[in-house]
Amino acid sequence: MSSAAATASFTQRHASALRQARFFAWSFARSPSALLGFAIVLVFLFLAAIGPSIVPYPGDATGAMNLANRLKPPSSAHWFGTDEMGGDLFSRVIIATRTSLWVGLTIVGIATIVGVPLGIAAGYFGGWVRAVIMRITDVFLSVPGIILALAIVSVLGPGILNGVVALSVVWWPGYVRLVEAKALALRHEPFVEAARSVGATHTRILALHILPNCTSPIIVKASMDMGLAILAAASLGFIGMGAKPPAPEWGAMISVARTYMPNWWWYAVFPGCAIYLTVLGFNLFGDGLRDVLDPKSSRG
Amino acid sequence: MTALLQVTGLTKQFPLKGGRVARAVDGVDLTLDAGEALGLVGESGCGKSTVARLVLRLIPPSGGSIRFAGQEISALGDTALRPLRRGMQIIFQNPHAALNPRRTVFQSVAEPLVVQRVASGAALRSRVGALLTEVGLPETFLWRYPHELSGGQKQRVCIARALALAPKLVVLDEPTSALDVSVQAQILEFLRELRMRQQLAYLFISHNLAVVRQVCDRVGVMYLSRIVEEGPVEAIFAAPRHPYTRALLAAILPPRPGVLPAETLAGDVPNAAAIPAGCRFAPRCPRRMPICTIDDPGLKRVAGGSPHSVACWGSFSD
Amino acid sequence: MTPLLDIRDWRLAFDGFEGRAQVLDGINLTVMPGETIGIVGETGCGKSVLARSVARLVDMPPGRILGGSIHFDGQDVMAMNGAALARLRGHGIAMIFQDPMTYLNPVFSIGAQMVDVIRAHDRASGQRPRNSAAARKKAADLLGSMRLPEPAGMLDRYPHELSGGMRQRVLIAMALIGTPRLLIADEPTTALDVTIQAQVLRLIAELVAMHALTLMLISHDLGVIGALCRRVVVMYAGTIVEDGEATTVFANPRHPYTRGLLAAVPDLEKPQHRAQPIPGQIPNLLSPPSGCRFHPRCALAVEQCTRDKPVMRDVAGRSVACHLAEHA
Repeated sequence: MSSAAATASFTQRHASALRQARFFAWSFARSPSALLGFAIVLVFLFLAAIGPSIVPYPGDATGAMNLANRLKPPSSAHWFGTDEMGGDLFSRVIIATRTSLWVGLTIVGIATIVGVPLGIAAGYFGGWVRAVIMRITDVFLSVPGIILALAIVSVLGPGILNGVVALSVVWWPGYVRLVEAKALALRHEPFVEAARSVGATHTRILALHILPNCTSPIIVKASMDMGLAILAAASLGFIGMGAKPPAPEWGAMISVARTYMPNWWWYAVFPGCAIYLTVLGFNLFGDGLRDVLDPKSSRG
Repeated sequence: MTALLQVTGLTKQFPLKGGRVARAVDGVDLTLDAGEALGLVGESGCGKSTVARLVLRLIPPSGGSIRFAGQEISALGDTALRPLRRGMQIIFQNPHAALNPRRTVFQSVAEPLVVQRVASGAALRSRVGALLTEVGLPETFLWRYPHELSGGQKQRVCIARALALAPKLVVLDEPTSALDVSVQAQILEFLRELRMRQQLAYLFISHNLAVVRQVCDRVGVMYLSRIVEEGPVEAIFAAPRHPYTRALLAAILPPRPGVLPAETLAGDVPNAAAIPAGCRFAPRCPRRMPICTIDDPGLKRVAGGSPHSVACWGSFSD
Repeated sequence: MTPLLDIRDWRLAFDGFEGRAQVLDGINLTVMPGETIGIVGETGCGKSVLARSVARLVDMPPGRILGGSIHFDGQDVMAMNGAALARLRGHGIAMIFQDPMTYLNPVFSIGAQMVDVIRAHDRASGQRPRNSAAARKKAADLLGSMRLPEPAGMLDRYPHELSGGMRQRVLIAMALIGTPRLLIADEPTTALDVTIQAQVLRLIAELVAMHALTLMLISHDLGVIGALCRRVVVMYAGTIVEDGEATTVFANPRHPYTRGLLAAVPDLEKPQHRAQPIPGQIPNLLSPPSGCRFHPRCALAVEQCTRDKPVMRDVAGRSVACHLAEHA
């Protein structure tokens, strides 16, 4: 029999998925704040990608000194002014986006990779599996994240890599909590029972029925956490436990800059604005995604 | 001939807070022959859906025996059950919740065939296409997602999925109560035809006696975790013996004006955590006698030719 | 006598991703004080949206009014300001819904919620709110008149401690606090078991008779409508297709859809009766069928039905929107 199933073209097969994508784009575009967030995130990603090749003084990011130019206010030559080494702040702030991007992606990525499987297992299997996973998670959640991260960094020693490791260690429990609640609700859904009633294995059910239905809240949380993780890494840099000056990192820049406040205000203000805009952008973007992907949880 | 499904003394208890126990199923006996349709009727919380899940071994029983096609399945594990699952399938009440929203119609209907390694590749695709045709849906639906289908269409997809492995027993858990009346009639008619065509046995769970009558040969009435009356559908409709069955029948509203339903039962649907002593229906029974609150009547055969049983002291003395 | 509710050519749409769905298309409905009117139809026919329009509970957007008017007791509902609207919802119209749990606050006791509503009504009607002891007394009386056991004890219980039937009675009691002129009941017994449904329907029938309420009952169940309503309005795909005395319409339906709906219900009293399905699907309101919206599913449809939209006209003692009503 020549089945329509065998002969369907790509567009026929994926018409529904394409329509769904168009629907997401349509509902996302209805929210001005989500669009603003999306624009900020795009600019951030763009700068992270090509920043080093468009800034006027790329060498300043790696600590080139030009003491004749130190602490100059914003001008046409130096849009954001210069720092105490005479480095161009505009170049340094832009180049630091790349640092922030990999810091954010690494922390959120590790947290997702660790937290999501644990959460799904805890929610779906229940019983002692859940008890063990959730108690360990609770231990992590009961200590303020930044304090725990500080403790870890002080053991490992300061540095951006150690900061990222420490923040990843404290970041995953949030994902376990989120996914566990969702998986717990899903395990009694009739479609999961239907899969069990045909003899599907636990692995199959977890991979095809539970995980795909948890992705919306994970994506929403991950996009909001990008901003928060960048902020946390900058905080570590600010108190001298993360990136070390003169490495181009916003927190570390502000850390040095605070001694030059308020007379040389531009030194602290521009990196600060960069952090502010990045966190705001990811938050607005995440909020918009939630309205689109997970409309039930955004009400009320 | 041995029965396709033989359930004896089935019990299921759920622990509650405070050390109490809900006896959701409390001594249920059922027999279902190949090709036969048995309705299980009762109000919410009477345990009928738990019986469905126990029979399919989606949950383990607390006691009793379940024999499917001659094999005892009440204590089998997942792996041992897997080959047996081909023979029994389920259709749920809410077709919207019974389909994974992230999977296409093709993926949902193909799942039993993939899991049981019955077909793959081109054979799988043509088999799934044929199943959709069987349930009266066009093959263009294969690549759609559930949210793009109407309630009736979704229920047909669920039926196609249940038929994929050519089961002998289909458990239907309120298959039409989430659907509109005009669509409900379509699905009922289709289920009736399907059963004739494929010689399926149905265990049909419903709160609606009128719906059960359309599809089933026999009906069991459940009240508070146990069957209180059981027999051929027409015998039960013509001469219900248990006061609860009578109340259920009286509460069905005919589509006619000016008919206010008789309020035959006072009180609320009771709780499986506090099953009364004696006859469990006694506290709500309009015909309660002294013995009813003391002694459990037990299901007994009604005198006469038909295989009609009832658990009621009042009906024994009739 | 002025009508209590007068809906004229009411047209309402929802704007969404896929376009504009015209969910109510030219609804004309007049309800006189004291009438019991049942609105019956299937999912998506617009019956709930119509009920919500009356109390101005439809969110705009996504809702959009394309035309028409709604007058309640002579006043234009769409022109009401905040205070008038609050009065309308408190004293003019009361609503009860399918799922009572959604409309009760889970963290407050039944008594606290009822006292709140009773005192709010006192304030709204310009009196000093009674003290809480008096309000509790009134709440207990109301629950008693709902034939709830031990009404005084009920006041201290929380919504989750009650059964579905009890919760629905509590909501009915709360709906009656403001002595409304119109009670709108949207599928009030759909979530209940049949024996409990029988209790609640009898209760509503008694209350309607006792308080001379005007009742607008929304249901998909012809049996429920028949039990409580003298007049029945059949809706299909955003239009009214038949409207008349229940005894007339049930006994001798003139619209093919009404006939189909009646035949689709399994009827215990006719031994050989099997439910007859209506073929086809409920139409997509983004692109509703031309002419009569029922024509694609109608066995009698002729060429005119695909072209001209039928208007309501009086045939055999009721109004019906079908070109072939005389021949049926």
